[in-house]
Amino acid sequence: MATLLIPTPLRKFTGDAGAFESQATDVAALLTDLAQQHPNIRQHLFDDSGELRSFIRVFVGDEDIDALSGTATALAPDTQVSIIPAIAGGSTHL
Amino acid sequence: MDLSNAELARYARHLILPEFNIEGQKKLKASSVLVIGSGGLGSPLLLYLAAAGVGRITIVDFDRVDDSNLQRQVLFGMADVGRPKVEAAAARLRSLNPCIEVTSLDTQLTSENARELVASHDLVADGTDNFATRYLVNDAAVLENKPNVYASIYRFEGQISVFNALLPDGTRGPNYRDLFPTPPPPGLVPSCAEGGVLGVLPGILGSLQALEVIKVLTGIGEPLSGRLFLFDATTFTTRTVKIRKSPNNPLTGEQPTQTELINYQEFCGIGLAGEREASEPEIQEIEPQQFLDWRETGRKFKLIDVREPFEAAIDSLGGELIPEGSVLASLDRIPREMDVVIHCRSGVRSARVIRLLEAEHGYKNLVNLQGGIVAMNNLATQ
Repeated sequence: MATLLIPTPLRKFTGDAGAFESQATDVAALLTDLAQQHPNIRQHLFDDSGELRSFIRVFVGDEDIDALSGTATALAPDTQVSIIPAIAGGSTHL
Repeated sequence: MDLSNAELARYARHLILPEFNIEGQKKLKASSVLVIGSGGLGSPLLLYLAAAGVGRITIVDFDRVDDSNLQRQVLFGMADVGRPKVEAAAARLRSLNPCIEVTSLDTQLTSENARELVASHDLVADGTDNFATRYLVNDAAVLENKPNVYASIYRFEGQISVFNALLPDGTRGPNYRDLFPTPPPPGLVPSCAEGGVLGVLPGILGSLQALEVIKVLTGIGEPLSGRLFLFDATTFTTRTVKIRKSPNNPLTGEQPTQTELINYQEFCGIGLAGEREASEPEIQEIEPQQFLDWRETGRKFKLIDVREPFEAAIDSLGGELIPEGSVLASLDRIPREMDVVIHCRSGVRSARVIRLLEAEHGYKNLVNLQGGIVAMNNLATQ
């Protein structure tokens, strides 16, 4: 069972849940599983061509999946996966 | 650079730290730091850098102190409300430590002034609150070969790293563009209105930032280079993940495509009329003066306030309160047969509500109050 940690800005699409558990055995399946159970999160994770968005990074343990096998990175049981988005602060100027 | 007797007394607890001692203190005194932003992160950051004895500190901010800042911006007090932040901040730092030099710049960091400012300091610390300035600070630091101590917060969550650090082998560590090559487009991340922040959180992250600044300047320990530290205050969870250099980094990758600063507002998709027209339909708007005219001439219209109840409790234009989140459940209170003026604090939420109602419910009689209640108040004080 892999555990996916959901960052604060995306929790409004997971019913405020900060973690998501899945039997998925690789990162792609884990993210697909998440998006199936919480469809509104999909557009925040993937662009129109299905690629992970450039302001979202995914880490397996402490390693960026780009340094592993990308979304094909295999997940051992009990792996912790993190979604880390760019956050800027609380501007009122945007 | 020698220390005076007053300085030796002031920094005594540093001087007896074996790893720090008088050498570390002298390095701090000889150092200069450019701090961008004197808000939630900048407050503890500046206080600790000044207290620690960083010889020269320059503060850049264009904002004024507001009541709503005091919940987290511990540099300021009630008497500072309305003052330029840099002016109040510099006064506070000088009273804290007269042995250092503090320069305040009541201006916005821009592509025109950023490189020169960064180049004339040893290190830049990014305590800003928006993506455009974060990319600007990063790129200027990379182009001028300066370390950039970065921290960022959102609600209960914070991130910190040291970008572009000088490594023992003479190369530079990863920078912000290695982590996030491009910013989120506006609208895809929650806006300020939905944001909010627990006041103590920037206190924690800004203090960590001060720690890393002091480590980089004195060469003590291992700076947080090539790593991103994450803190979730709700669960007290901390994580440190690795940041690697990306071959696609436009500044430092295998085939750099950017050799100077760019227009960061455009890069972040902000304030582009053309862009907005392409992605978002035009809406009808009314200026504050015109709104007053409508009221004075007795024109028939309904006014709706889409802010939260706590905001309306502070000041109100007398409109019917339907907070943004409950608009769709309150369509029966939004007439179609007369003009309906919709407002919020600054005009952003009300514009979003109008677009939603037009697109999904066919409304054609909605008018956005430009600049919201802030603009109305500005008009009243002119």
